[in-house]
Amino acid sequence: MSGGSVLPLLLALGLAPLLLGVITRTKAVIAGRAGQPLLQPYHDLRKLMAKGAVYSRTTSWVFRAGPVIGLAAIIIAAALVPFGAPALVSFPGDLLLFVYLLALARFLTVIAALDTGSSFEGMGASREVTFSTLAEPALLLGLAAIARTTGSLSLSTMLPNVTVGVWAHAAPPLALVAIALLVVFLAENGRIPVDDPATHLELTMIHEVMVLDHGGPDLAFILYGAALKLWLFGALLIGLALPVHGDHLWLDAGAGALGMLLLAVLTGLVESSMARLRLLSVPRLLVGAGVLSVLALLLVLR
Amino acid sequence: MLLLLLGVGFLVAGGVAALLAQGSPRWSTLLGVGGAVAGCVLGLIPAAGVLLGQPVRSLRVAWDVPYGAFFVQIDPLSAFFLLPIFGLSALAAIYGAEYMRAYRDEESAGLSWFFFDLLLASMAMVVVARNAVLFLVAWEVMALASFFLVTFQDEEERVRSAGWTYLVATHLGTACLLVLFILLGRGTGSLDFDRFTAASGVGLLFILSVVGFGSKAGFMPLHVWLPEAHPAAPSHVSAVMSGVMIKTGIYGLVRALTFLGPLPAWAGWLLIGVGVTSGVLGVLFALAQHDLKRLLAYHSVENIGIIALGLGLGLVGLRVGSTSLAVLGFGGGLLHVFNHAVFKGLLFLGAGSVLHATGTRDLEELGGLLKRMPWTGLTFLAGAMAISGLPPLNGFVSEFLLYLGAFGAVASLTSGAAVPALVVIAGLALVGGLALACFTKAFGVVFLGEPRGQHAAHAHEAGPLMRIPMQTLAAGCLLIGMLAPMVVRALAPLLEQVTGLPSDRVRLELSHAAAPLGWVTMCALGLIALATVLAAVRRSALSRRSVDQATTWDCGYVRPGPRMQYTASSFAQPLVALFRPLLGTRETASPPQGLYPQAASFSTDTPDLYRERLYRPVFSGIDRTLSAFRWLQHGRVQLYVLYIGLTLLVLLVWKLGEP
Repeated sequence: MSGGSVLPLLLALGLAPLLLGVITRTKAVIAGRAGQPLLQPYHDLRKLMAKGAVYSRTTSWVFRAGPVIGLAAIIIAAALVPFGAPALVSFPGDLLLFVYLLALARFLTVIAALDTGSSFEGMGASREVTFSTLAEPALLLGLAAIARTTGSLSLSTMLPNVTVGVWAHAAPPLALVAIALLVVFLAENGRIPVDDPATHLELTMIHEVMVLDHGGPDLAFILYGAALKLWLFGALLIGLALPVHGDHLWLDAGAGALGMLLLAVLTGLVESSMARLRLLSVPRLLVGAGVLSVLALLLVLR
Repeated sequence: MLLLLLGVGFLVAGGVAALLAQGSPRWSTLLGVGGAVAGCVLGLIPAAGVLLGQPVRSLRVAWDVPYGAFFVQIDPLSAFFLLPIFGLSALAAIYGAEYMRAYRDEESAGLSWFFFDLLLASMAMVVVARNAVLFLVAWEVMALASFFLVTFQDEEERVRSAGWTYLVATHLGTACLLVLFILLGRGTGSLDFDRFTAASGVGLLFILSVVGFGSKAGFMPLHVWLPEAHPAAPSHVSAVMSGVMIKTGIYGLVRALTFLGPLPAWAGWLLIGVGVTSGVLGVLFALAQHDLKRLLAYHSVENIGIIALGLGLGLVGLRVGSTSLAVLGFGGGLLHVFNHAVFKGLLFLGAGSVLHATGTRDLEELGGLLKRMPWTGLTFLAGAMAISGLPPLNGFVSEFLLYLGAFGAVASLTSGAAVPALVVIAGLALVGGLALACFTKAFGVVFLGEPRGQHAAHAHEAGPLMRIPMQTLAAGCLLIGMLAPMVVRALAPLLEQVTGLPSDRVRLELSHAAAPLGWVTMCALGLIALATVLAAVRRSALSRRSVDQATTWDCGYVRPGPRMQYTASSFAQPLVALFRPLLGTRETASPPQGLYPQAASFSTDTPDLYRERLYRPVFSGIDRTLSAFRWLQHGRVQLYVLYIGLTLLVLLVWKLGEP
């Protein structure tokens, strides 16, 4: 059942902030700027860890516990996702634990935001639960389609089972799932076209606005957790869309890393070339992703 | 068996004693609660024994009623339902001892404890009765006792109307059951459960049991009484009604499945359809509510939907011959019955504690209660996370079983099972997301931020008698979540009985499900350890730095006030707007006008769609038609006796006229 490698977890923990650096650099290059160093996210985290904190008198222990438990949940979720090698922990149905651990992290972020009594953070929290409600069926149905194609219920066996041969056999449904997962990847991580991580206009934000009142180590935990989440959804997408599965551990991991790099550049390109959608149109995009997943399932169920 | 009857005896005796001691609220509370707790503890012993593998016990005493017999039995199915009935009710009784003190001057404590104890006794009799007449008597006592509990504060118009709705709904359900039992007993001429035969028309019998038992369970669209009646009752009664009483409907349905034998293919689809409708619409209506207890009542509809999804999956599994799907479907659904009793009981007790402290159930008046009521807040949070299905609490375990069954069916079964499983996955995913939205709203608006009204600002924590039941239930949520593999293995005798599959195969399938849950527990332990480490890291990072207190930053407002907070309605607005066609939310707005606007107001109201669009027209139509017969009814008893005499005469003539 288990006996995986610790490598995927270590890669995720170590390289996740770099992914953010690559996205930011891509956007800078396209805009004709030099951009910040690739390792800037690491410096930011170190700087935040060394800072003090200011807490609102309105807040309670929920506000302080949110970032801690949220990050812990995301790290445990990271132990379930394969990357070049089987994940540290794998068992039939681990994909459900993965989805629900992320839901746990979201629950805590949302109640920590509501704890401040601020209308901005309440607004962000409300949008977060709305959009994730719509993203969750798309994600789970997409994973169900992959489960049908590969006959497996564990992330560590189903993703490596999507080989070139499987793609040749079932390209249309897998492509549909890949598009759906890409939308979920962008939405869950607060990227354009759903949310703009670079904006400072609070009325338009979702993820950023929920953490307005956090600072110091708490904010560092939140930013690191967000980077990890980006990496994890990326790893799912790359595992599906890049069917390179040799027998050599380092070769697979290298191919995966290259894929992640491409995904980061792609995200940067999307963010540079598209505007953020109006908030009212976001549900349509997410429902669309869900419909693509259903279509994929119908194709594989034939 | 004798222990159980002794327990029921204690319940009835406690109730009667409370009624007799009506003059002294102190004594009647003591007797009522004492009887309830003693009865429940006695009843728990045989129930736990049968679930742990002791032989099935039965008792049969002749009873001088046509077709009736005092025939009772505890088998695994009964025992499984007895456990939450006695467990939750005992805790609710202890809670009620303190909760009801507030009503001491206005209402009769003796009367309320009499009906409470009677409700517990009748619920226990419902699940052990093995004769249709005995069952229906217990069923009716249960309905009437809960009716009187719902109308406890009958000076309020809303409460009376809720009571009437409940009374009508429950009797329409009972009518279906009457037909069902007569059809089942027709073959052998006996109304004992063990002699029931479903010779023909299995489909009709199945529909009768879904409607008859579903109206008690709260299947949509038979749920309309539920969001009216549950909030009207005192909170410990709401906890019992929502946590266990509506589950007697599920019990009846599962019991009926054991009589009916193989069912047509559409039976599974019907339950899955009912499950998705109840689940999604239940949680959507919950999201649109401003009243905390009404919100929780709609969530019961949602959870009954999840249970129906499980039963439907189980039926599909039996139909296509997949042991795994049958075991996981029935197992997940029935385990959710138990889990829902624990967390919904907890949430209603928490809501009662809030109502007790603030005097209001209106979400827009509350806020900031976590600081004033730390224990109520913490335990409510545990319940909110459990009902949202988050690991490592108990709600996740039953939903995990259902998902595992459905994913397994999608991955490896023919499309006959994979398509219903697909519907279940989509339904569970949507319901899960919406439940998370609803409970972040409920917890966030009630317990976090600043108080929105004077009542919330002066709230105080509940006393120990109210706190201990909530703490016990919250611990139960965590314990079931962490001990999931053991809990799932313990379902074996129950599932053998319900699915009729051989013991070794059921145990094999359960051990297949228990192994992943073992890993879930490991991950949960890892999560707790990691969170502790991270908390230590945070502490040491902050220990060398300045930590200050200030007002909420809120992008630079100098004086953020409680009225600037996001409200429950605004939090739910995007989702409510998205699903408006299904909800029919009404908005009343008078926008600010002019250069110096004085007054402006905005309010939303989400009445029950079925009540408005389906039942109201139908019942007012019936009312119009039948008012033509008003002249028959004028309150003279002699004439009514004459009607009875005439009817009997007509029947006699008709009978004599038969060849």
